[in-house]
Amino acid sequence: MEPRLSRYIWTHTRKDQLWILVVVALSMIPYFLSFDLPKQIVNGPIQGDGFDSPEATQAFLAISFDLPYVGTINLFDGFQLGREGMLLALSLVFLALVVVNGLFKFYINTFKGRLGERLLRRIRFELVDRVLRFPPSHFKRVKPAEIATMIKDEVEPLGGFTGDAFVSPALLGGQALTALVFIILQSFWLGLIATLIVAVQAVIIPRMRKRLLVLGRERQLTARELSGRVSEIVDGIGAIRGHDTSNYERADIAARLGRIFKIRYDLYQWKFLVKFINNFLAQVTPFLFYAIGGYFALQGRLDIGQLVAVIGAYKDLPGPLKELIDWDQARQDVQVKYAQVVEQFSVDTLLDPKVQAVATTAAVPLAGPLAAVNLTVIDDGGSTLLDHVSLQVQPGEKVALMGGGEVLAEAFGRLVWPASGKVVVGGQDILEMPESVTGRRIAYASSDVYVFQGSLGDNILYGLKHAPLTNQVYEGERASHRKWEVTEARLAGNPHLDVESDWIDYQSAGASGPDDLLVQIRPVLDAVLLTNDVMALAVRSTIDPHRHAEFAAGIVEMRSALRQRLEKEKLSDLVVFFEPGTYNVEATIGENMLFGTITDQAMWADALEHHPFFKSILQRVGLRDAFYEMGIEIAENVVELFRDLPPDHPFFQQLTFMTAEEIPVYEAILQKVRTKGKGEVSEDDQIKVIRLCFDYIEPRHRFGLLTDEIMAKIVAARREFDEGLPADLAGMIEHYRPNRFIASGSIIDNVLFGRIGHKHADGSEKIRAIVRDLFEAGGLYNEVLAFGFDYNVGAGGKRLTAAQRQKLDLVRALIRSCDYYIFNQPLLALDQRVQEQVVRNVFAMLDQSGRDPAIVWVLANPALTDLFDRVAQFENGRLVNDAHVDERPDYKEMAS
Amino acid sequence: MLLKDEVEMLRRITLFSGLPPAKLKLLAFTSDRVMYSAGEALFYQGDIGDAAYVILSGKAEVLINTAGGPFKIAEVEQNSIVGEIAILCNTPRTATVRTSTPLEALRIRKDDFLKLLADFPEMAVEIMRVLADRLAQTTAELSEARGPREPVDA
Repeated sequence: MEPRLSRYIWTHTRKDQLWILVVVALSMIPYFLSFDLPKQIVNGPIQGDGFDSPEATQAFLAISFDLPYVGTINLFDGFQLGREGMLLALSLVFLALVVVNGLFKFYINTFKGRLGERLLRRIRFELVDRVLRFPPSHFKRVKPAEIATMIKDEVEPLGGFTGDAFVSPALLGGQALTALVFIILQSFWLGLIATLIVAVQAVIIPRMRKRLLVLGRERQLTARELSGRVSEIVDGIGAIRGHDTSNYERADIAARLGRIFKIRYDLYQWKFLVKFINNFLAQVTPFLFYAIGGYFALQGRLDIGQLVAVIGAYKDLPGPLKELIDWDQARQDVQVKYAQVVEQFSVDTLLDPKVQAVATTAAVPLAGPLAAVNLTVIDDGGSTLLDHVSLQVQPGEKVALMGGGEVLAEAFGRLVWPASGKVVVGGQDILEMPESVTGRRIAYASSDVYVFQGSLGDNILYGLKHAPLTNQVYEGERASHRKWEVTEARLAGNPHLDVESDWIDYQSAGASGPDDLLVQIRPVLDAVLLTNDVMALAVRSTIDPHRHAEFAAGIVEMRSALRQRLEKEKLSDLVVFFEPGTYNVEATIGENMLFGTITDQAMWADALEHHPFFKSILQRVGLRDAFYEMGIEIAENVVELFRDLPPDHPFFQQLTFMTAEEIPVYEAILQKVRTKGKGEVSEDDQIKVIRLCFDYIEPRHRFGLLTDEIMAKIVAARREFDEGLPADLAGMIEHYRPNRFIASGSIIDNVLFGRIGHKHADGSEKIRAIVRDLFEAGGLYNEVLAFGFDYNVGAGGKRLTAAQRQKLDLVRALIRSCDYYIFNQPLLALDQRVQEQVVRNVFAMLDQSGRDPAIVWVLANPALTDLFDRVAQFENGRLVNDAHVDERPDYKEMAS
Repeated sequence: MLLKDEVEMLRRITLFSGLPPAKLKLLAFTSDRVMYSAGEALFYQGDIGDAAYVILSGKAEVLINTAGGPFKIAEVEQNSIVGEIAILCNTPRTATVRTSTPLEALRIRKDDFLKLLADFPEMAVEIMRVLADRLAQTTAELSEARGPREPVDA
């Protein structure tokens, strides 16, 4: 990158800078005219110059030129106006000039602003573009937060400066020079004095600024380090708390802030010292004028009129001069910032832009073998990770790497660059080949997965988004917006690739478009055993039954199919269905009574305690006393179980009846019950006790409270809740109807329309398998799966488990048809047994789909080598054995 | 079966027999009641253990993988506990346990169990005592098995 900011600005904004200079020059005309006008108004119409008689008139807007040799040319004689008319006319001209000046200013400022913002956009893009092309080793040296700070904050002032980069010095310099020349013309000696002082300012001030620049650079570096440290604290919070080092971190941050404070305070001191000297020098000049000029005037060597004119002219000099000095300060400031940033982003071994060029056509399959040629990889510490390794993988060959093949896999995946030797495909160095070939025809997956924030689907399809493949057509307002986007991107040197375009390369996933993409992905998801995870996420999601009316109807229809299926397989006890006339033992008492779910928990809790409806209804259906008794039992059990536990104990998560804070409250109520008797407890306390019943589930809590009689009464109370519910409570409950989709429930809740029994060890697993089967039979499977694709994976995929993230990465690599798959222990988070199964599944899946790619798999488990053609054994970075599977030596022998 | 019955059941298991009833009740409350049909696996050899199982009713067999397929080394029934090694230390399951009849068990999760031990040291001491007993017994069996032979280098 260009190391000097002024040259960078000039290169990219030359035309605009020249244009704005012209406009600024033009704007000077009305500006100076408006200076002259007040004098005309006062002298003319107000004081009466030229209006000697009341009837006298003067020409307004007469245009005439006095040309030498030709004489006066009258273009327009003007309007003859009287004194009052003239006053009004001139005042209106003044107003017009004010408007014109304002408009000029407005235009110039917005133009400069746009200029600056475009340049800022250009710089930022250029920096990110460089990040995308950094060599792998560079990423080990830089901190992400520091890079982000540089791109976001440190280049920001550059935008503001760009507009003034050339206009200000031209304008202010011109003004200052004019004033100086005028002074010299009035009096040579006084002019010389003024020039001398200006020269002193011009020499001393920049010298003093040097210190300012040093401090400015330090300020920038320390601030950047601070942001790096803060992000380290956030990332490493687990280690910090785990080792009780938070106070060490506090000390470190406080020390840094102290250093930053010192630098900033020094900066202030210098800045204002410079300002003081500057002001002083500016004020010394008039002192010299008065003293020396006055002395000459007294001596009679200088005309008093001249002296007054010089002093008058001098008042125009310090203003521009001061602004010029300020401008220079700003210039040096941004120059330092710019140079600092550029230095960080100037890496010699940056990838050639050609390597990452956009290619919208499909890459041709790689024909030649993938080979490491005399490959040596050395890490930052200087130790040799790979020592002169040569290994060739033929197209279609399956090679297992064992005993430390990770680095070779990384080299194949272009994650590490060789110190000597190279990796070639068909004789061509892969680092020189365009990424549109290597990144599409070679897939790499490891256990070090990065998942981007967004939906699961976006992440799975991420490996297909190489280039914008469709030409998105926009209409109306969107079309003009798109046009604007393209022009602006061009003007700021950004690419104008359309993010809204369809980037997914369906063809390389074997699909013809978005519709059959899922069909192609399914086998891959199945092979990697991710389907069930996706399905589990999908069925737990809630959907809007109005937007997906047809799907919701399909789900409701599945309810009876599920029952028949369970009956047929004699698994009816797996699910306890909701029946309008039967008590559901696996659901809470509350759910059974409402025969619905609560959509607004806060409102429900409030209504339960205060609404008269609840106070009366239990009495009416004859459950109040029974509930009160049960509540006391529950309270006694809970208090006994949890009394000794500290309030933040994790066991409280299993307690649904009350919070840890409420335990003493209930303990006190129980005490009252024991001493005074059950009937003597206050109404409020009784309600508190009754409330406990609503969360009780017999098979789960096992306190032995429900009798058939109570259950029958609860079922009988349903009608009251359904029909007698007051209007102000209506929105709070969504009633269950066998033929209606429950909007507040998840997909699985809607299919089951009941609760899974607690007792079965893997009941939910079994039922999920059956439901999956039913989805398949009902043709809803892919639709449900698509809902799973909408699942938001969170920042860095934190809402997925480590195993799911690794499976996702493997899917991401496998859905793209490639010639070489490099798998670098991609499934470390999985159980050994599952890992084995996935590896076998992947081989079978590739076999079935008729693809015969080469596979390089870094294995830890020798049991799987029978799947491979060849096994390459590494030891301390050296290839010690490379043999076909049937002729390889026994691994156990080698290990011992 | 109610919570109080489960407490009775837990009390009959040596590992827990010395614990106060209130703690056993908490252990039962935080555990899950699970049911298996015949031929289902409670867990597989080699997996990471996350729970122990107290068998409330039914029978299961303990199998280990050998070159010639699974080999049955023991049978467990009512009032016994399986998988307890895995919740005390971080080792993979040393055997597979598969039900031979319908079986009902109480699943004690590792985290809950360790949390209980941490909160109630008297419980930890009790468990330690049981484990020490077992070790003594194993040592005695081992020396008996070696019997007449000369001691071998460790």
